[in-house]
Amino acid sequence: MKTANKTVTAERLVRDALEKAEHFREYNIFTYLDKTGAIQKAREIDARIARGEKVGRLAGVPYALKDNFLSPEGETTASAHILEGFTSPVTATVVERLEAEGAIMIGRTNLDAFAHGSSTENSYYGPTLNAYDTERVAGGSSGGSAVAVALDIVEFATGTDTGGSIRQPASFNGVYGLKPTYGCNSRYGVVAMASSTDCIGFFTKTPEDMDLLMSISSGQDPKDMTTLPDYYSISAAEICSSKGVRSAAAREVAPAARGRRPEETSEERTGSFFRDDDGSATSVDGPAGRAPRGAYLDAEMEKIRVGVIKDFDNESVDNEIRKALKAKCELLESKGYEIVELEMPALKYALAAYYIIVPAEVASNLSRYDGVRYGFRSDKSDDLDGLYENTRNEGFMPENKRRIMIGNFVLSSGFYDAYFLKAAKARTLIVKAYEEAFQKVDYILTPVSPSPAFKLGEKVNDPIAMYLEDVMSVSLNLAGVPGLAIPAGMTKAGLPIGLQLVGPRRSDKQLIEFSKELQ
Amino acid sequence: MEIKREDILHLASLSNLSLTDDEVESLGKDLQGIIKYISQLDELDTENVEPTYQVFEMENVWRDDEVVDQGVSREELLALSEKSRDNQIEVPKVL
Repeated sequence: MKTANKTVTAERLVRDALEKAEHFREYNIFTYLDKTGAIQKAREIDARIARGEKVGRLAGVPYALKDNFLSPEGETTASAHILEGFTSPVTATVVERLEAEGAIMIGRTNLDAFAHGSSTENSYYGPTLNAYDTERVAGGSSGGSAVAVALDIVEFATGTDTGGSIRQPASFNGVYGLKPTYGCNSRYGVVAMASSTDCIGFFTKTPEDMDLLMSISSGQDPKDMTTLPDYYSISAAEICSSKGVRSAAAREVAPAARGRRPEETSEERTGSFFRDDDGSATSVDGPAGRAPRGAYLDAEMEKIRVGVIKDFDNESVDNEIRKALKAKCELLESKGYEIVELEMPALKYALAAYYIIVPAEVASNLSRYDGVRYGFRSDKSDDLDGLYENTRNEGFMPENKRRIMIGNFVLSSGFYDAYFLKAAKARTLIVKAYEEAFQKVDYILTPVSPSPAFKLGEKVNDPIAMYLEDVMSVSLNLAGVPGLAIPAGMTKAGLPIGLQLVGPRRSDKQLIEFSKELQ
Repeated sequence: MEIKREDILHLASLSNLSLTDDEVESLGKDLQGIIKYISQLDELDTENVEPTYQVFEMENVWRDDEVVDQGVSREELLALSEKSRDNQIEVPKVL
């Protein structure tokens, strides 16, 4: 990405981005543009460059911030009426890390309110339009961020991915979108949706940019107790030595992806999340879970294997997307990689499990919005209960209400065992399905969604049709594994097609590196 | 299972939402469809399967038992509320 220097100033980069944002106003990408603040920050960076001071790796790079990241610039609303008027006194850790390297936020981007949706049509501020066809949706929930990058307004944008909210809009708009390993990026200062699946990631135009951003944003944060110890840059060191030969990089990557990392400390391995069939806990054996495929030492002798999920190859998936997947598999085979068909029958139930677990967590996380401490407050009531109920009913979008009520349904006495507990057990089977898959293959390549960008209004009044958009993306969030959406050509009608490259936990760096093989 | 009007009203009350009559109707229809969809989990055999509630690889992350300054003052926090007085947030009467 272009950074500021003595000839191209940060102010020039920022002004260009702001002009483009104005030019594409009809796409409804931004909920707020910070013109004065962004230019001010750019001038400060230019002054430092002029004085010969060291500037960061993102010096003067304009970026867009999804409107569910807290920062003092403008109102953080999560595109929801109930947060209107809320100016955050705190700054998200990821924002702090990006800005410490000189990145400049030019504006906040539109999303489905509270990130509930797959089209950005659930935004209080109206839908964002697709970068390639203004009659079609941007995807969602991070629709504004995806389109801001696709239209080249900014170099990168932030996103959140709870069930596909980065990968699906990335694929609808032909850009890269990463949902990292659960716990890789700090979530401090980001509006919580479903805490057991929420991930912070980015939209970029190239894998190289994604790698740079992840090396800056990732790592442990004392303000977020669910961040993993730093691993991203450790794996970086292993890879960088072998850039010269095409597949050497990938081969070099493989041991880390398959086996226990040599650097792993005992503290990191105290986790006991994975359980054996008998219910006893076992500690985690590196990114691939326990019993990684192949022996660590002879990994170099083996071919890198890429899995395709047979269960996803059916008529419900658009033909052009299936063809794009086939074409990429052939490309990989021509480069000497092995394609392996995987059967993962548990994934059929991922969407149902997801739409139990996530609403349950949504109902809990959104109970804090009551009009008392911040944001919008309804004036229609003269008692406290009325204040809560009216504020929430006026402040939430219909989809927010659906999810809150479904969440309270699956958690309520009498239904807890049949729904929430059942879904939590299904989740175990999904986690296992990925563990087993990554004993057979190094990566998995699948479509992101069953179809390219659909028409505005087509699914917004049909919650199930909208949920089915997420059918191939949610299982990654339930399992905590990373997925990178990559551009994979265009349909005959001129719409972008996206595929997702999936890897074992903590293989984020390797995924990004390996995606270059698919260009 | 069939979702009745009284079920929707009960869920609305659990959710602290004062739904309009139209919303009771439309949400009733939506929730019925969603519950039908998620009920397909019944097909899945989960005999002897332990539940998974989180996928974070660590447990018991400790920090020192000290008050940590988050860099936000009381005044800033009170200013976020629609109404505050005498260092307290003001709401309609409770009793």
